[in-house]
Amino acid sequence: MPEQLLSLRNLTVAFGPSAKAVVHDLSLDLYRGEILTLVGESGSGKSVMVKAVMRLIDHQGGRITGGQILLHSPGKAPLDLVRQSERQLRGVRGARIAMIFQDPMTSLNPVMTVGAQLVEAIRQHRPHEEQTAKARAVAMLEKVRMTDPMRRFDQFPHELSGGMRQRVMIAMALVCEPDILIADEPTTALDVTVQAEILHLIRSLQRQTGMGVLFITHDMGVVAEIADRVAVMLKGRIVEEGPAARVFDQPAHEYTQRLLAAAPKFREADARPGAAPPQAAPVLSVSHLSARFPVRSGLLRRHTANLHAVEDVSFDLHSGETVAVIGESGCGKSSLAKCLLRLVTAQEGRALLGGKDILSLSGPELRLARNDIQMVFQDPYAALDPRMSVRQILVEPLRIRGLHCSPEASDGSLSALIARVGLPTDSLDRYPHQFSGGQRQRICIARAFVLRPKVLIADEPVSALDVAVQEQVLAVLERLTKEEGMGLLFISHDMAVVERIADRILVMYRGGLVEQGPAAQVLARPAHPYTRRLLEAVPVSHPGRRFARAPASGVTSAPVYPIGASPPLPMWDKVSSEHRVRRWEDAP
Amino acid sequence: MFVYFSKRLLGAIPVLVVVAGIVFALMQFAPGDAVSMLISDEASEADKARIREAWGLHRPPVVQFLNFLAKAAQGDFGMSFRYREPVMEIVLARLPATVELAMAATLVAVLVGIPLGVLAGARPGSIWDSLASTFSFAGISMPNFWMGILLILLFAGHWHILPSGGREPWGLGLDRITGFLLLDALLQGRGDAFAAALKHLALPAIVLGTNMMGIITQLTRASVQEALHEDFVMTARAKGLSAARVLWRHAFRNALIGVVTIIGLEFGALLSGAMIVETVFAWPGIGSLLVQGISSRDYPLIIGLVLVYTTIFILVNLLIDLAYTIIDPRIRIR
Repeated sequence: MPEQLLSLRNLTVAFGPSAKAVVHDLSLDLYRGEILTLVGESGSGKSVMVKAVMRLIDHQGGRITGGQILLHSPGKAPLDLVRQSERQLRGVRGARIAMIFQDPMTSLNPVMTVGAQLVEAIRQHRPHEEQTAKARAVAMLEKVRMTDPMRRFDQFPHELSGGMRQRVMIAMALVCEPDILIADEPTTALDVTVQAEILHLIRSLQRQTGMGVLFITHDMGVVAEIADRVAVMLKGRIVEEGPAARVFDQPAHEYTQRLLAAAPKFREADARPGAAPPQAAPVLSVSHLSARFPVRSGLLRRHTANLHAVEDVSFDLHSGETVAVIGESGCGKSSLAKCLLRLVTAQEGRALLGGKDILSLSGPELRLARNDIQMVFQDPYAALDPRMSVRQILVEPLRIRGLHCSPEASDGSLSALIARVGLPTDSLDRYPHQFSGGQRQRICIARAFVLRPKVLIADEPVSALDVAVQEQVLAVLERLTKEEGMGLLFISHDMAVVERIADRILVMYRGGLVEQGPAAQVLARPAHPYTRRLLEAVPVSHPGRRFARAPASGVTSAPVYPIGASPPLPMWDKVSSEHRVRRWEDAP
Repeated sequence: MFVYFSKRLLGAIPVLVVVAGIVFALMQFAPGDAVSMLISDEASEADKARIREAWGLHRPPVVQFLNFLAKAAQGDFGMSFRYREPVMEIVLARLPATVELAMAATLVAVLVGIPLGVLAGARPGSIWDSLASTFSFAGISMPNFWMGILLILLFAGHWHILPSGGREPWGLGLDRITGFLLLDALLQGRGDAFAAALKHLALPAIVLGTNMMGIITQLTRASVQEALHEDFVMTARAKGLSAARVLWRHAFRNALIGVVTIIGLEFGALLSGAMIVETVFAWPGIGSLLVQGISSRDYPLIIGLVLVYTTIFILVNLLIDLAYTIIDPRIRIR
């Protein structure tokens, strides 16, 4: 029988003056040497529950209104954290139970060095180790596999990448050797290759130290990668609990079945029938597009070099076709979209939309051309003006073009439009806050679609949504593309989503394309080493498919070249008639 | 760093020229004639013309201004109409008094405002919070002159604890080294003079500092409250740090950036407030000098003073920019 570390007994957590319960009567056990994942969609109360364990929820307006949180120590009576004073809790936080958070960008103090933040944790719990604190901190940085730990010790968080910051967070959590690590969505804000590295790191540290890990996530793929046991949470209650393999093979609760069914399954679905190679002229034809941003340095802030955000990108987009651009943050995929919308000025290249080069248009012609190319953004919460009703949101693009009295703006056609994107019929006079995230994204799609564009650019349109909702939004996009003969440029870092929707794939790496071809071929037979690395990092869909791998890390940011220096011209090799890969010199 | 400072200081020169131009133009449009300050109103037209010529006032305004700039570039800011002495000599003799007062007022504002704001921000709704609100709103809304008179009535008139005005008692006999009395007293080891100077400084500094104190309290409160909701504060709590450490080391340092900005901006308001406070407390600084200069149309003196004010303001904001780089490692001087 493994040693029990933590037991929650009938825990209830409530918020606000009305004591509205968010976590109900929840019981859970964590044992030494296991990774227990707590999975649920946003709003299920999983974050509240884990913050309650350390009583951090007290600082966010929450209250534990019932139950026990028992922290076990060998040979001693368990300690009920619910009944401890703030002072006693401080001895537990960081020493017995440690925590890492979702967003490494905001979870480290920006004005303190990495070393100071680590040493502070050591000093708090081991005051007698004052002399060795620095050595211990550096050793810990080495243990989380930071390169050059001595230098990192004196750096500030903003000098580190997202993955490195999350390593610092892990180092900080583990530096006092806690028995329990609570990880609250620690990889959600990271790129997929970095996510693979961090999951691997947590797993290996857990094996070394034998600690118990309570891992919170909404991503069934991450669960499949890391969990020993799984607890499924719905509306503040645990609805199913069991060994990972059992939960994946025989989900008992209907909600677990739904979660598993909705979870994206990468490279498992029957291959999509590849769309026939289009014959007609493309709606959007991009050739040799480059966008550079000046890098200034020196005393006089002279323009000394260029950041090549987008470098020599060429592709065609046909009507009714979905082309996905994949790559990690900083690879230039969003800059590419902004160039095509003329939100960022491209230095070189052409983009023919309906025979006109949108990159060289200006004035009324540009305004007219913009009718034909529209955009859907990532965050549906930020992309809608909260003070405008859905009707106002939809009519605004028409009004800008002087079409607000046209039949398109009539009640009938607006109602038809919202019905097509799957919104309730009474939506027109409601406001954005009355809709869920998925519904808001449909409003965004409707707004982009109201002008009947020839090309729609969607920048990570489902990344901010729960998996079950993702599928519905993708279905709307797919239907509009096929029925209206629109070209969809779909930007994403999520391979499963791309597999689901894309006809063709462009792989972008450090500003340039490295591979392009029909989706099925690129995903099944990736030719470029970067594409392979990207695909290998995608979480598996079942614990049984896990395979040991030590993910290789590498740079993904756009390259900087001095003024005048031009990067080597891309050379392309054919993999098959449609599938091409860029020649590379050394493995990225 | 040195190059950065030199560049910023050189950049101040065009600002000073423009400021001088604006003040000069305003004085041209102001009613009244400067000559009336230089010679009696009963003087003959011929005498007036002679005076005008002697002071260069007969030339077109543009020429007068260019002459002024040319001389100012060599360090000559002209003669005061009233005192018949070089403007810069008069101003520099009285500058330490105002700087001492302004620094003391800022110190009062910072030493009271920041701790009060932090306590209020850490415990919204507590007794500290209500105290901070009351204090800061009183400080912001009370006019300086009214508060000055009130305190004089209480401390000087009623209780006789503090002097009602001036900078030092008669016959103190303190030699001027730096012009800052507190500093000079310390340098000469004169405890009695230090106490006397401090007594004189107390009321004007408190009156001048209350407005800034109110604003600093409010802003510190808001910034600390915001910082306490940042993710890294949660991280700090999860490490087991004490509430005080979380508050001062993590939340407060991050909140300080906005507070420092407002201190720089408010310093300008402080300088203009000093004109009133110096007048109320008969403080021999440049603020009361400017008030006198304006009422006697002493144009060279006014321009000289405005340029000194502008320079102080520019220097203070340069210091603030320097403070940013110390507080926030993400901000680097280039």
